[in-house]
Amino acid sequence: MSFPWAKPYEPQHPLMKWMDEKLPIPRLVYNATGPGYPVPRNLNYFWNFGVLAGAALVIQIVTGIVLAMHYAANAGVAFNSVEHIMRDVNAGWFIRYAHMNGASMFFIVVYLHIFRGLYYGSYKAPREMVWLLGVVIFLLMMATAFMGYVLPWGQMSFWGAQVITGFFSAIPVVGDPIRVWLLGGFAPDNAALNRFFSLHYLLPFVIAGVIILHIWALHIPGSSNPTGIEVKDEQDTVPFHPYYTAKDGFGVGVFLLVFVALTFFSPNLLGHADNYIPANPLSTPAHIVPEWYFWPFYAILRAFTFNFLWIDAKLWGVIAMFAAIALLFFLPWLDSSPVKSSNYRPLNRIFFWLLVLDVFVLGWCGKSPAEQPYVFLSQFCAAYYFAHFLIILPIISRIERPLPMPNSITEAVLAKHADDKSAATA
Amino acid sequence: MVRPLGFLVGLGFIAALLCAIFTTPLTNEPNASHAFHKEPKHLALSSDGLLPHWDKAKLQRGMQVYKEVCSACHSLNLVAFRDIADLGYSEGQIKSFAKSYDTIPSINPDTGEPSTRTGLPSDHFPAPYANETAARAANNNALPPDLSLITKAREGGKNYVYSLLTGFQNPPANLPKELQPPTGLHFNPYFANLNLAMAPPLHDGQVTFADGSPNDVKAMASDVAAFLVWTAEPKLVKRHQVGWAAFIFLLIFTGLTYMSYRNIWADKKH
Amino acid sequence: MASETETTAGIEDGVRRRDFINIAAVSFAGVGAAAVVLPLVNQMNPSADVLALSSTEIDISAIQPGQAIKTSWRKQPVFVRNLTPVEIAEAKKVPLSELRDPQTIDERTKPGKENWLITLGVCTHLGCVPLGAAEGENRGDYGGYFCPCHGSHYDTAARIRKGPAPKNLAVPPYEFNSDTVVTIG
Repeated sequence: MSFPWAKPYEPQHPLMKWMDEKLPIPRLVYNATGPGYPVPRNLNYFWNFGVLAGAALVIQIVTGIVLAMHYAANAGVAFNSVEHIMRDVNAGWFIRYAHMNGASMFFIVVYLHIFRGLYYGSYKAPREMVWLLGVVIFLLMMATAFMGYVLPWGQMSFWGAQVITGFFSAIPVVGDPIRVWLLGGFAPDNAALNRFFSLHYLLPFVIAGVIILHIWALHIPGSSNPTGIEVKDEQDTVPFHPYYTAKDGFGVGVFLLVFVALTFFSPNLLGHADNYIPANPLSTPAHIVPEWYFWPFYAILRAFTFNFLWIDAKLWGVIAMFAAIALLFFLPWLDSSPVKSSNYRPLNRIFFWLLVLDVFVLGWCGKSPAEQPYVFLSQFCAAYYFAHFLIILPIISRIERPLPMPNSITEAVLAKHADDKSAATA
Repeated sequence: MVRPLGFLVGLGFIAALLCAIFTTPLTNEPNASHAFHKEPKHLALSSDGLLPHWDKAKLQRGMQVYKEVCSACHSLNLVAFRDIADLGYSEGQIKSFAKSYDTIPSINPDTGEPSTRTGLPSDHFPAPYANETAARAANNNALPPDLSLITKAREGGKNYVYSLLTGFQNPPANLPKELQPPTGLHFNPYFANLNLAMAPPLHDGQVTFADGSPNDVKAMASDVAAFLVWTAEPKLVKRHQVGWAAFIFLLIFTGLTYMSYRNIWADKKH
Repeated sequence: MASETETTAGIEDGVRRRDFINIAAVSFAGVGAAAVVLPLVNQMNPSADVLALSSTEIDISAIQPGQAIKTSWRKQPVFVRNLTPVEIAEAKKVPLSELRDPQTIDERTKPGKENWLITLGVCTHLGCVPLGAAEGENRGDYGGYFCPCHGSHYDTAARIRKGPAPKNLAVPPYEFNSDTVVTIG
């Protein structure tokens, strides 16, 4: 579907006409990311991150396929095969560091994309399905990243696999058998490494498939925008191409600058020294931490230290960690405010920034050792995290009085420019 | 339905966390060893920073220290003789260097018995012990780690290696009894546990350098730390060179895309 | 494309300059993509450790006249054969005009060492390993090597004489370090 004023695809060249009759892929592209997709004219730079996440996935798939040509998924040689890539394979160090830091870049842009959605209410009707599919992508990304981190078979790889599969052993009765089944053994070893490699190779293509659904679902109502007001007429929109292809091109440039700076000048900044020690099942590193993108969730996991009711602390931690992500599935129905953009929701805006702060503190606690004050902070902030989504958000969406809103996107744009002009003359 | 249920679930998590907060002591167990542990000293090397280069003479000296001192206990498994071309050695020098090792594991072609042969440039530095068990047996059950990646595998990297090598000292007078080095261990404030199995490996004047460079403990520790930066990341200099080319290219590209973006939007208010 | 949405028509120079910037940006993207493709293609070339194994030393002192050994160089089989005077004479007798890939035995051996025939054991047809290097194997109709895959016959100078192979067995680069040691590669 599209808006009635969307530019129709009219192939001129006979070859394109022939193609359009047989397999209309050019038509699909034209209507999805070409001149045939009208997009609100007022998107700000926060709307760049969807395309950037797609770019990051492409980078990961391309570098990953190449790495798989040299990597050996065998517990005996995996560590050395990665070092073989780093030392002997032509440009191997570049490809491996690009893949390693590409994962971090992927999470950076996806977190910005998620927080964009939270601030501007992109999860609200009519885009609930876009949001739900996005949460699915996020879960798949986390699984893929975890399994990828195991592959170099360093100390953090091994103990990460040990701890994360340990979550499952928290499940009563069936937990231990499930963990043994997942690992194909009683501790991470060759069987686990091989299946993680297989799944690590598979899941990115599943992610690509869900991304297609995510974009499909997006194209039914069309893109949201910073005012949260739906598109009313042609004036409110511009064609995706050339307007947003140009803007996304600039976004990709900035993204690549950051990516290149990380990959070439500080490739191990976001990694951990212990992963350059080969896996040793007999000795745990003094301080095990996951990769940075899991820190907030790791802090939530560790915050539960009390056997509350009939559930022990370990199971509470695991349930809470999964719940912290799973509650995002219910977000479109937890927040009942009809106003989307927090630009017009003074109360929600305050709590949004408190949530951002909360997640940063959780991340910091997840990185730090399990001592005070981090334990207290992670307990407090984990409580606030659940309070935000499950208690505060439903309440404020009832009691909040939104600010006056413009009638249309165009009116908002023109008002902004009038302000700029009067500010310039003043 | 979602909101009331969510409310209850939220209260459940908060209640569990409040119980956790009230049952967790707010003070940490005192850890005496923290007070005696020191952060590594800074070691400046030519391979630091955004425009690094290798100080080849220093790397050669570092390799000599490794060969004459460290290699008695520590392996360097990931480094091949051919790799030392980076240190400024010619093909002929590499061949004769490799040949000076006669402990490369091999198989006697006539009998099939395990034997040894002299090294070739394609061989890796031979390990001092046949396996982990042998290494532990010879070192009072402590395993001397492989040094190939040591500057990447320890927090602090080169600074840590340098500080550890120069940091052996007598335990301070106020060191509690339980932290005193047990027999066979040596006090070093830069080591996580304060007491490590390695005896001070370097002594002033231990290695004689052909170029007459200083050979006190600090100089040798600095040389071998520089060498171990290279063994851990042999592509470090090349990486920065390629990085700058890519970065400058992308700066221009990003500038152009910005101009193109402004251009295309010139007639649209947004 | 920018010109399509241009509201003020008729600024010819402006339009051209604007298009130029768009074209420049797209061209830069193309150049950058090509620069990234290079390492991604090059990574499939032999890595440094593979290249480092490109020379092999072999001891030939134990090979009696008429015998051959099979060894390996770059993971490919190499035949080292100590020719008898009769075999050398046989090879020299053949007129070059009768050969599919004309080469004399002198061109295929080192001066003064013409009894040492060192060739790759890779049939030039489709890459099977010919028979004839080991004791008792079929040496083909011309007393050299015989490839069982598709029936190529090589003579005592390992030149192709019969069957589908187009070329003689290749002679790798090698040097005599001494009378008994040869370095291949």
